[in-house]
Amino acid sequence: MTRFIEFAGGDVEAYLHAQEQKDLLRFITCGSVDDGKSTLIGRLLYEAKMLFEDQLTALEADSKKMGTQGGNLDFALLVDGLAAEREQGITIDVAYRAFTTGKRKFIVADTPGHEQYTRNMATGASTADLAIILMDARKGVLTQTRRHTFICTLLGIKHLVAAVNKMDLMDFDQAVFKRIEEDYRAFAKSLGADEITVIPVSALLGDNMITRSTTMPWYHGPTLMAHLETVPVGDDLAEKPFRLPVQWVNRPNQNFRGFSGTIVSGTVKPGDAIKVLPSGRASSVERIVTYDGDLEEGVAGQSLTVTLKDEIDISRGDVICTANDPAEVSDQFEVEILWMSDEPMLPGRPYLFKSSAKTVPGTLEELKYKVNVNTMEHVAAKTLALNEIGVCNLELDSQIAFAPYAENRHLGSFIIIDRFSNNTVGMGLIRFALRRAGNIHWQAVDVNKQARAALTGQKPAVLWFTGLSGAGKSTIANLVEKQLHAAGHMTYLLDGDNVRHGLNRDLGFTDADRVENIRRVGEVAKLMVDAGLIVLVSFISPFRSERLMARELLEDGEFIEIFVDTALAEAERRDVKGLYAKARRGEIKHFTGISSPYEAPEKPELRVDTAKVTAEGAADLVVQYLRDKGRLAK
Amino acid sequence: MDSLARSFLSEIERFLASAGVEPTALGKQALGDPNFVFDLRKGRSPSTRTIDKVRSWMAQQSAPGGAPKSLQRDAAALTHLERLEAESIHIMREVAAECEKPVMLYSIGKDSAVMLHLAIKAFHPSKPPFPLLHVDTGWKFRDMYAMRAATAKKYDWELIVHKNPEGVAKNVNPFDHGSALHTQIMKTDGLKQALDTYGFDAAFGGARRDEEKSRAKERIFSFRDQRHRWDPKNQRPELWDLYNARKNKGESIRVFPLSNWTELDIWQYIHRESIDIVPLYFAAERPVVERDGQLIMVDDGRMRLNPGETPQMRRIRFRTLGCYPLTGAIESSATSLLDIVEEMLVATSSERQGRVIDKDASASMEKKKQEGYF
Repeated sequence: MTRFIEFAGGDVEAYLHAQEQKDLLRFITCGSVDDGKSTLIGRLLYEAKMLFEDQLTALEADSKKMGTQGGNLDFALLVDGLAAEREQGITIDVAYRAFTTGKRKFIVADTPGHEQYTRNMATGASTADLAIILMDARKGVLTQTRRHTFICTLLGIKHLVAAVNKMDLMDFDQAVFKRIEEDYRAFAKSLGADEITVIPVSALLGDNMITRSTTMPWYHGPTLMAHLETVPVGDDLAEKPFRLPVQWVNRPNQNFRGFSGTIVSGTVKPGDAIKVLPSGRASSVERIVTYDGDLEEGVAGQSLTVTLKDEIDISRGDVICTANDPAEVSDQFEVEILWMSDEPMLPGRPYLFKSSAKTVPGTLEELKYKVNVNTMEHVAAKTLALNEIGVCNLELDSQIAFAPYAENRHLGSFIIIDRFSNNTVGMGLIRFALRRAGNIHWQAVDVNKQARAALTGQKPAVLWFTGLSGAGKSTIANLVEKQLHAAGHMTYLLDGDNVRHGLNRDLGFTDADRVENIRRVGEVAKLMVDAGLIVLVSFISPFRSERLMARELLEDGEFIEIFVDTALAEAERRDVKGLYAKARRGEIKHFTGISSPYEAPEKPELRVDTAKVTAEGAADLVVQYLRDKGRLAK
Repeated sequence: MDSLARSFLSEIERFLASAGVEPTALGKQALGDPNFVFDLRKGRSPSTRTIDKVRSWMAQQSAPGGAPKSLQRDAAALTHLERLEAESIHIMREVAAECEKPVMLYSIGKDSAVMLHLAIKAFHPSKPPFPLLHVDTGWKFRDMYAMRAATAKKYDWELIVHKNPEGVAKNVNPFDHGSALHTQIMKTDGLKQALDTYGFDAAFGGARRDEEKSRAKERIFSFRDQRHRWDPKNQRPELWDLYNARKNKGESIRVFPLSNWTELDIWQYIHRESIDIVPLYFAAERPVVERDGQLIMVDDGRMRLNPGETPQMRRIRFRTLGCYPLTGAIESSATSLLDIVEEMLVATSSERQGRVIDKDASASMEKKKQEGYF
């Protein structure tokens, strides 16, 4: 959709060749709402003559219909492509546009300024080499300027360009520019930004956009376009040690077994000694296979397939490294998180973490702090809400090969995926690995679960009663335990209220505390199952993810989820402990069913409908279930 | 910064602009310091010796025969096309690894041709682990049907052809039903039927972000709900090259591996890789009528002529290929790929100008996509 300005007729083949030699700069524009981001991009495209006639005609028509520039061309309409954006005159999501000048190719991502769309801004920033941060000369450095600058430096964007826009509205005054420049440099430096360029412009009138402004003779730096065309691009990834995350095992027949992926750093040649991580198995490269023939050398950025001399076990997500300098391996890290979901981040809740080609379950631990992105202060916090940034430890269920983000973006970045909605709920950067996992060893013991179970003649299990407060969980659990005990079985009942008096008395009722509450009870129940007991857990346990976490601590068949199903209205009518009344009066915060959600089990082992079955009947059902499954041998 | 340094900086900026030299190259070659220009811009005051050195270097470069060599690309770095190719391959492999039942949509056009070629490369020496799907409206040009058959045979690749049976039964066509309804029933509904019938959970499409404004907003992995609808206001974040292909039952993904390619990139790649394309992209004498300002080709007896219309032989070709009474041709004498590129370089209108369906209403593509169009 772009025009090609520098083609003046003549040798097309030579022209194409020249095009192919050009490098590519990916940049974003960000900054406060109304600072003129979209106008700036539209102006760049227009001034560089990159618009076709039919596009210009459409722009003229659109400008008349819904423009904000009093009949003049409204360049923002070129970029705001969604109907909702054009109606509201704001940018909601990133728009990507490609254009080419005589010197370079560009892909620009126009990112939204509103705080609520920060995650979309981060989407654009994650693939950018340079960021243009716009400021309004009348307003200077604003909160949003700070927030965007912070996110850009967090994601490691090397080149920051602060464009002080609307200089025409401040009479092109050097003093105004100087004051803003000093403010901004001082702020950006405090974040550790590498390279900052500050340019006074008028996107509306075109000053210092492509041609040098005649109204600002005091400015001697490059124009915006000159800077974009000459700033050094590229990275030093080719010089770093060889890393190839395996995306896909390539097995067309029994004679060929290749490993396909994109080299994320370094170079590789046939014969090179390699190590596969996290397993640590060694071999050497046999061939580098591509459709266009075998290569003598593969370099960072290429997507290719390698075969190895030895038959070793490699699967998707493993990383093939140079044997001389392999990547680090760990399952515990300190990480920075940007949260992207309406549902808050909960420490202790299991999420999926995808890093290069590997997806692993894990949990985020308690936050060390969150960053107030407007003041850069570190604030204590229990959870992260949408668009909040914080630092915490990450614990994965298995080890991965990695690199700190500052060293290698590809091996140091990850996304966080919710296990139920499957949405991407956050992004994270690895700062460094924690060594704790290596220091705590499992103590192997001779008398194990099987031995203890054999002695008691029962198969240990957890009976997990979940349901609303007042549903009848404890009543039923109590009856079940009485029956089992009478039959000579060894049992223990963990009751929500009782546990909160001791083990969990430091926890409240926020979502984060509820997660930790269940985590601890799950771990205790696991130890008791290991001791050979039948454990009855009677907890509201409102969240699916935490019940799943408890289930996954145990072996198949050991976790028996019993949904004590009572309608909210009925539980509230009974209100044995008078809690619903208090919650309705607002005296109890975070009360399940009233001011905090209850997520009903989708596939419980047993469902007890208390409208149809008495407590005694329910207890019989549970004991019968255990008999049927052969868990009560005696 | 003193005035001497300031005027020296302007001198350098002028030189950089006119000679097309990179600031790093200037610093490196004149002084051995790649950061020199950047430091200067930040306010560094150079010594007179440094200024002399740089001036004499610039003078050498401007002298006859001393053209700047700094535009040479680093030999180890990948070219622009190589990077695009690697990115597309990476995307396709992620889908193959993470989705249960992917399919590649084949529209027979030039972008499709490039996408198929990339898929062959991505999985070599294996075959791509998914079939091709053509959602046939019944109104493609004859040359396109010939190309479709030839392609499936050449690659020995399973090709599924789906035609909306309800549309066929009611004889839905662009003449009686208009472009909007025809597209809705034969393309959008046909596509949804095919994806549901075969249970495909991911479908590759050849769309590019530079084609149209709402495409420019779309992610590479674009999620659709159970009714195949796109929610442009609530797209999943897409970070780095980490694609989240997980979805709930019934949801599906449209994947666009060519998102970052431009029209020029496509032609350049077709040229570089010698990819076969439908002959209609090349100019030839063909029978056409002029209708609503568009040149519509009379491909065969399916074309209905309005009263007063007589087909004329004109030298034409197509920039984009869709359903034939809905795709306008342009007058052209471009008979080779290089001719086509040359024509495009001096063109004054964009490629989708020939698509009648884009003009149904403003924000028309976004609306169609929300309803499940690719």
